[in-house]
Amino acid sequence: MKPASFRYARPATAAEAVALLAASPGETKLLAGGQSLVPLLNMRLVRPAVLVDLNGARELERIDAAPRGGLVLGALVRHADLAAAPLVRERAPLLAEAARHVGHIAIRNRGTLGGSLAHADPAAELPAALLALDATLGLLGPRGMRRVAVADFFRGLLATALADDELLAEVSVPAAPRGWGFGEIARRPGDFALAGVAASLDAHGHARVVGFGVADRPVRLRAAEAIAANARHDEVMPARAGRAAAADCDPASDVHASAAYRRHLATVLTEDALRAAAGRLRA
Amino acid sequence: MTATPAERLRVRLTVNGEPVEHEIEARRSLADLLREDLGLTGTHVGCEHGVCGACTVLVDGRSARSCLLLAVQADGARVTTIEGLTPADGLSPLQEAFRACHAMQCGFCTPGMIVASTELLATTPAPDEAAIREALAGNLCMCTGYVNIVRAVAQAAARRADPESPA
Repeated sequence: MKPASFRYARPATAAEAVALLAASPGETKLLAGGQSLVPLLNMRLVRPAVLVDLNGARELERIDAAPRGGLVLGALVRHADLAAAPLVRERAPLLAEAARHVGHIAIRNRGTLGGSLAHADPAAELPAALLALDATLGLLGPRGMRRVAVADFFRGLLATALADDELLAEVSVPAAPRGWGFGEIARRPGDFALAGVAASLDAHGHARVVGFGVADRPVRLRAAEAIAANARHDEVMPARAGRAAAADCDPASDVHASAAYRRHLATVLTEDALRAAAGRLRA
Repeated sequence: MTATPAERLRVRLTVNGEPVEHEIEARRSLADLLREDLGLTGTHVGCEHGVCGACTVLVDGRSARSCLLLAVQADGARVTTIEGLTPADGLSPLQEAFRACHAMQCGFCTPGMIVASTELLATTPAPDEAAIREALAGNLCMCTGYVNIVRAVAQAAARRADPESPA
């Protein structure tokens, strides 16, 4: 359980990190919080020649207000800080709530927003919350920053739109709708969710319902969204949307839960999340 | 610290209040540095992939898995281990509560439990049972069933608020 040898660097800026990536393309890994990468290193499932530690690049720790009620978050924001930051709780409470559900306290103290996104575990909370919030990611490469919608970022199990020479630098979150809901079911507190749902709902009938742990990436549950958007004033909307949720899920069966059970959870969690979202919209 | 990738690096950190300067391979964990190089074997290593919580230490006051932190990443940090939480002449009130409540059997998880509980009591002086259980959810104990551990943390919190409170 010891990593194979690697060379380690801790640059002071994101630009230096990008230069280091370019110096050894394909055999370099970026280290942020290390809560997913270091286990893989310890088990030698990943054996990079060079490890570039981003923790020296303090510019990536930003939690800033953006115009029109949005947020700009650096990739190095820790889950614990995301959950506690007054600005995040005020402007994107769905994201703060999702962060509270990641792992355990010691993991939230180290694990980062960018790390969770770049790792792209399909059962992770933050990718789903950011898809529900229609966030945009800033990917920094040798030719500068390019912007990618979260919807286009996840490409499958542990696969993303990041190129070998790019690092995920920041996350832009637009003003969040007032209605939101979040829930997940895990076998034990802190485990990855068997299934979860993040939902947002605004007064104009825009709804986003995102399932996680129910496909190879976070997915919008579009049939549920359509019901939530069209019948948002209807008392039975959450139950109806919940029944429609399973249609957009494509879960796997594994040792933790069957596909059928995960579909069932998506139904229940969609109903709960939309009831919470509709309640907050009315409040 | 270093912009040129290297296999061995020099780290400077503070461990339990003492400055430490040490050259170490980049691939070795903070737990390796503490246990093998500094002889601080109170930090226990269980799973080595961040699941069991036995190796939990405080890094700049916040709990962290020392098996998931490279020693070189602790450069410049203030690290506190179970040794640093133990008074020279006996037990801390939290440790005393663990003993009084028989909050351990084999004791392997206990250092991690004490470290995690220390962080909890620093941020939440009067935690209820749910808060204690959440704070300790990342620390596995294969012996006790957790009941006495939760009781010990609650007792330590109560004693701190009122030294006369009953066991």
